[in-house]
Formats: sequence, C-alpha cells, structure tokens
Amino acid sequence: MSKASKRLSPLGAVGIALGLAGAFVGHAANAQDVAITGVTVATGDGSEPVENGAVLVRGGRVVYAGPASGMPATGGVTAVDGQGAWVTPGIVAAVTTLGLLDVGGVGESNDSSARNSPFSAALDVAPIVNPNSQHILVHRAAGITRAATTTSPSASIFGGQGAIIDLGADPDAVMRPRAFQMVTLGEQGGRIAGGSRAAAHVLFRNALREAMTLGDDARIPGRSSERPETDLGDDVPIDPRLSGEYAERAGDVLLTRFDASALVPVVRGEQMLLVAVERASDIRSVLALKQEFPRLDLVLVGASEGWLVAQDIAAAGVPVIADGLDDLPQNFEELAATQSNIGRLAAAGVTVAINASAMENPRNLNQYAGNLVALGRVPGASGLTWGQALASITSVPARILGLEGRAGTLSRGAAGDLVMWDGDPLELGSTPTRVFIDGVEQPLDNHQSKLKERYLDIERGDLPKGYVW
Amino acid sequence: MKRFALLACAAAMAVSGCSTAGGGSGTASASDARGAALGADGRVPYASTYQRYPGRPTALVGATVFDGRGGRIENGTVLFRDGEVVAVGDASLSTDGYDRIDGAGKFVTPGVIDIHSHLGDYPTPSVEAHSDGNEATSPMTPEVWAEHSVWPQDPGFTRALANGGVTALQILPGSANLTGGRSVTLKNVSARTVQGMKFPGAPYGMKMACGENPKRVYGSKGRMPSTRMGNFAVNRQMWLDAQAYDGEKRDLGKETLKGVLDGEILIHNHCYRADEMALVIDMAKEMGYKVTAFHHAVEAYKIGDLLRENDICSAIWADWYGFKMESYDGILENAALLQKAGACVVIHSDDANGIQRLNQEAAKAQAAGRRLGMDIPDAEVVGWFTYNAAKAMGIGEMTGSLEAGKMADVVLWNGDPLSVYSRPEKVWIDGALMYDAMDRTRRPVSDFELGQPGEGDVK
Repeated sequence: MSKASKRLSPLGAVGIALGLAGAFVGHAANAQDVAITGVTVATGDGSEPVENGAVLVRGGRVVYAGPASGMPATGGVTAVDGQGAWVTPGIVAAVTTLGLLDVGGVGESNDSSARNSPFSAALDVAPIVNPNSQHILVHRAAGITRAATTTSPSASIFGGQGAIIDLGADPDAVMRPRAFQMVTLGEQGGRIAGGSRAAAHVLFRNALREAMTLGDDARIPGRSSERPETDLGDDVPIDPRLSGEYAERAGDVLLTRFDASALVPVVRGEQMLLVAVERASDIRSVLALKQEFPRLDLVLVGASEGWLVAQDIAAAGVPVIADGLDDLPQNFEELAATQSNIGRLAAAGVTVAINASAMENPRNLNQYAGNLVALGRVPGASGLTWGQALASITSVPARILGLEGRAGTLSRGAAGDLVMWDGDPLELGSTPTRVFIDGVEQPLDNHQSKLKERYLDIERGDLPKGYVW
Repeated sequence: MKRFALLACAAAMAVSGCSTAGGGSGTASASDARGAALGADGRVPYASTYQRYPGRPTALVGATVFDGRGGRIENGTVLFRDGEVVAVGDASLSTDGYDRIDGAGKFVTPGVIDIHSHLGDYPTPSVEAHSDGNEATSPMTPEVWAEHSVWPQDPGFTRALANGGVTALQILPGSANLTGGRSVTLKNVSARTVQGMKFPGAPYGMKMACGENPKRVYGSKGRMPSTRMGNFAVNRQMWLDAQAYDGEKRDLGKETLKGVLDGEILIHNHCYRADEMALVIDMAKEMGYKVTAFHHAVEAYKIGDLLRENDICSAIWADWYGFKMESYDGILENAALLQKAGACVVIHSDDANGIQRLNQEAAKAQAAGRRLGMDIPDAEVVGWFTYNAAKAMGIGEMTGSLEAGKMADVVLWNGDPLSVYSRPEKVWIDGALMYDAMDRTRRPVSDFELGQPGEGDVK
C-alpha cells in the first residue's frame, strides 16, 4: 500500500549505488516526453519569467522552453495545459549532506562527518548516498532535483570527496562521484588543525605537497615558491624545501597514502576544491593560493565577508557558494556579514550561488532567493533581480559544479529536470505540483505527506490511527 | 557556513521550553512584576527601568491594516500618540494633529513578538564565553533567571528589529534542564542594561523541557534523569517539594515554583512529541499548575483537540524537522491543523536568524493549510506572530494588537508581510520610531559592532 515500504532497504540501496557509481546521467530509458503549455516559464538563466510559455522535453532532455509562440511541433506528444502554473528547472542545492543522514542528532544514522576516522581527504560519499533517505524525498517534493553532497571536515581540515547526486526515485543517485574535495581554512580549520589558522595553512600546504610528490606523474607544473629574484629587504622568502619539487617527502609524511592520493586530482586541477572560509583576510589568502598552486580549481563556500573583497574575488575568477541571509557576527570571522553580501558580489561580477548549507534545511533555497529580491526594495541594500535570484539556486550552482548547460537550466539539451509550481516559485509557500528528473515524473509522497494524511482528521474512528495508512 | 551540518544544526541549538498561561492582563507598571519576592529595600528586584522614547503623534494612512486579532482594514488609518494607539479605523478617521505618513500600497501590523528567543543569553558572536543559556549543572534550576544572563549588546536584537519588525520578545533559558529557570520579556529597544529593556508589567515565565535534551545531558553525566521516565520522576518530586514550601526561609528555586503553582508565573514547556505533551498535561493537573504553551511542539497536530481543551498554545516553527529524533514527525501542516482543531498557534524562532523572518514562517505555514483546502485569512495568520504570542506571554492586554489604549508597537511594511518580497519600512515601539529603512540614523548599532567592518551596514 505504501510506496515507501516497497522501496529498497537502505542496505540494498548502498550496494546498488556502489555498483553504479561512476555510471552517471540520464537513464533516459524511463524518460517521458513532456509537453506543457499555458504556463509561466522561468528558464533559470537569469532572465525574467515569460508568461504564456511552453516547455517540451523529449528523451529526457529539454527541447524547448520559452514563449508558446516559439514552441516547436511536439511530434505527437500530447500537450498538458498548465493552467497558469509556473515551470522552472529543478533547484540545484550546493552544498548539502542530502542522502548521508536520516536524523542529524542520531549519530547512528548520520554519516555526514567522520570525526574518529584515520582518513579525511580520501573519504568518498559515492558508495554511501542513500536515495531512500527521507531528506531526499522531502527535498525532491520541494523541487530540488540535484545536489552536491559531502562529508564535512571534522577529523581533519579536509572533508572528503563530495558527489553530485540527483534526487530521483531510483537507485542510482550518484550522478558524478568525487566531483569535488572540501577543505576548511578559517576559524574552524584553525581549530581542527591544532589551534591556529597558521596550522591549517601549513597542514594544507603540506598535504598538497605530499600529493604532488606522491609519484612523478603527480607533479604539477607551475611551482612558484622559488627564492624571489627581487630582494625585498627584510623579507624572508619561503624556504624552497617547504614547497614544490624541492620538498622532500621522507620522514615527515602526515597524510595516509589514501588521503594523499585523493588530493592528487586537486593539485592537478582535475577536481574542484571547495574552500570553506568566511573572513575577508582568509578569502584573500585563499585566492593567493593560486599563485602557489596555479592549477587549483577553487570555489569559495560561505564567504560571509566576501563583499569586502568582491573585486579580488571577481578578478581571480573564483566562484562563490555564499551564505544567503546570514547577517550576524556569528563569530569573529563574520563580523561584516550582511544579507547584501550576495547582491554586492554579483554586482562586482562574481559568479555566486546561494549556499544551501547555511540554512536550517535546503528546501528553503527558494525562500532565500526571494529574500534577495526583497532587498532590492530596501534603501542601501543590494539584492538580485528575480531572474538572477532564481539563477542563484539553479543555473549558477550547476555551472559552479561543472554542470553548465546540463542541469539547472531549461536550455536545449539540458537534463529534463522540470518543476511545476502552484505559484511564483520564489514566493512563500509556493510548492511543486509535479517534479520531473531526466524527464521522469517523480513521486512526491514521503513520511511527512503520510503523517499529514493520517492526522487530517483527529476524531476517534472505528479503528485507531495506526490503521490509517 | 556556520551550520555545515545542515540538517543537524537545530538539534544542537534547540534548547527551549516555555510556558503559556493564557491570561495575563497586567498593567504596565515597573513596580508590579509578579512572582518576585521583594528585596530588602522593599522593592521588586531587578525591576524594569525601561522608559519609552519620545515620538511624534503619527497617523498611518492608506495602508492595509492587520490589527493582530483577525481584523483587516483596507485603506485604513492608525493613529497613535504619547506611546499609545489612539484609534484604528478606515479613511474617515480624522488625522488632525498627527503627522501623516502615506501608507498607500503598504501594510501595517502590530509589532512582531517572538515568544521563544535566546538573544542575549546565547548572543553573537557565539563564542564559549557567551554561552549563558543553560545552567547545565543540575536538571532542576528554577532558581536561575534568564535576565541575569542577557547581554543587551547582542547584535541580534538589532537584526530582529530591522529585518523582523520584532518589538517584544521572551528570552528563555535553554532546554538542557527539565526546569531551566525564569524567562524575561523584553522590549526590543537598545539599552545599556537588561533592566532598561525589561517589558514593564510582563509576568515571568518558567522554562521547562521534555524529552531528549535533559535525559541526554544528565544521563551522560551518569546521573538522573537518563530516561524519559526519569524526567517525569524528577519533575514530580520537584513539584511535591515545592508544594510543601512555606516561605519561612527563602529559597530562590521554590519561590519560582510557588509562583507557578499560584498562577503568577507562566509555564513555557519545550516539548516535541505529542505523547509527551499529553503526559505533561496530566502532570500539571496532578501537581496543580498550568502549562501556558508547548514550545517546538512539532507533533502538536496530532493532539490539537487536547491542546484546545486545555487552553494551551503551541509555539512552533513552520518547517523544522528531522534534526533530532523527537523532531522526526515535523510537518508543514502543523499550524494549519492546529488552527483547524481550534487550538492556539504561535510562530516562534528559537533562532537569531529565524527571528528576522517570523512573518515568512507564518506565511509558509498558511500556504500548507491552503493546500489542504483551508483558507486561513491573512489577518488570522498575522495573529500567529503578534497577538497570540503576546497573549501566551501574558502581555496580550498591553501589546500584540492595534487597539485603542494599547502600546503603540507598530510595523509599517513596504508590502504584504506574508510575501517574501516585503520588509519592515518603519518600526515604532511605544510610539517612538526605533527603525526606519529610509533613514540610516534610525538604525541601532550595538557596542560590539562599533569600529568593526560593516558597522552600521544595512545587515
């Protein structure tokens, strides 16, 4: 009777995810062809919504989204009249722990960090994502179709290798395993590394150096810590033995071989490095890492004081997954936090998405985006246009995660991730009525919807509530 | 990125416990704070020294007015002077003698009230040195008073004012303890001392907590309680001991408990699960006190009838769930189903960020009801974060609604407060303009933020 009870047990799901890890994308086999007319369409690319729009998905991919007047022939697909509903691409949530835990406070169910593990950078969530997690079901029903999910730094400054997942009701959640590495370098990084940011920076450099020297083929070009040619007076240059090819590995290895191996693609720039950092000066130090390790593919996460160094971030071309509405000096690295952070970063030309990990639960990404629109009407504040705001939770995070044109957008050829909403998707309480992932319509029921149905009527019946299901 | 453990954060923070006793009239006088024994000087200890700031006689005209008690007036007029609401009506009200503010296209509500906050006792920056919300050294600490922990320079007060339109709030001890201590109700007006913020005439509350937190905190220390049955045993014995208190030798904790038994101090009880709330209701009957409100009552929807019959409010989030075992059954429809059952709904924050968006949380909860086919009028929903909160804090006869003679705690919103696109434009507390989005000199900056990056920013 209950769909949920028929789904795979969590144990079974893990095995299957393991088997398919790496396979990825669009099992278009079950994909429906979908044609919808009579809707307001927002494509997620930053443009404003289009009324009287239409969408066509075939073979699991978007063929068209835009004004109804431009709708191509549907080739026999019966168009559904959306009756004024809204259609957007699925929301892309970065960064999350979706699929890694059932109940945050229940340690036995929570795989989102591994405080007592000897490993850190080598941690890999691909085999452990549970597509049956209620959080995945609940967030799917909230219109989130793809997410970056990862273990968090705890035993080490490195959090491990995160994956990009889809939230579809099928066993293969992992769309791209080992998509990124996570490191924390601010206040938290300093505490983990031994009590000081200085320790975090040394640990970080040592780790990358060990990765570089792990094997000849792991060496990266562009080492830059040679003795500077210009004498800067009293400045003492970094000893070349602390960096680059002069560094010696013997005798001081701090990383396990697995962890060092996991960082090889990071130093090579083949795997994104998400750097959790908040303070303006910490952000500058992270940007400077590019001089020392030029191939690093950096993404800033958090960046509450990013607006103070917006020009530097823009010049470095480093994208930001920024806290959306944080405006409190939560700690000393966020003294300048303001809700205008994202608006100011965007105005400076920074590619900026809203950080899902800075909210109580990521299903409120659309609410946060709506708030950034609201700021446009507050004197002195900086927000986003409606189109930019939707993009900051769809196409922009997709682009940052390397999915440009493939997710978070309704451009031709993108995955058929559609959400139909019962109203303006950024407005409070607007809710998906239908969700498609890769063109496959998704079930929207879950533990919460079942509870709601059971307790709609609390009158005593002929049988106890336990029989209502 | 403070909250990296996304879905887990609330568990760590969620400490609360409140009571609501419905009643509460109370005249606004600094000298009659109930439930406190007089000091050696014959005065109420730690009495409020709050005094309203000067304000202009003001007429808000042309806006949509929600009065907080279910009333809605299009093109309404709100008049206030000398700290009090003078009249609320339609466009026919005379505004002679008042400064007119054109509210066309805008909305007016009573000041937003948060029944569950830890501003001041868990202030930002949230460093260990500021962790003053849980006296987690004994499961029963009725003798502690939250006001003795409140840091009036918490920058969070200013955010709650500017972004949330919050004019009054109850600061509670945390929920590590079964009995956490007295709460304090504040005016959200910047002051050098906590006494300067204390809401004159507000009754005290006492925080209690069910469930996981107390048994985890004390069980892990190898002492009672370590189970839910232990929670109840400790509580019941505490009440029995309090009943026997004769007052001959002063006992701080028992003075507070006696105040509860006498109906002067309101019980605010952190309790998530429906079955546990039902047990607490029976414990209150057994021991002779009343629960005013269950806080974090994520399962209240399962027992809306019981809560209605016992006149207990549910102070809830719109959508927090799943961060701890006892929050596993949280659903978006909680508020709507309570409303359907005729029970009292209060939207609360328990969070320095959430307090800035109580209106938005209420709107999400309203929309969940709409999807059930329930049309809960906007004017009722505004009451969830204004009058209902005031009533459950015992200050409902002084504030929480726009009625002649009540405190002129008023928010002018730049749009519909139940829309994500709206923000407070002006906030008055006792008729004094304490925040104005159009005038950066009407924006409080805490001592802590002076000379810091972002000082005086829009935030």
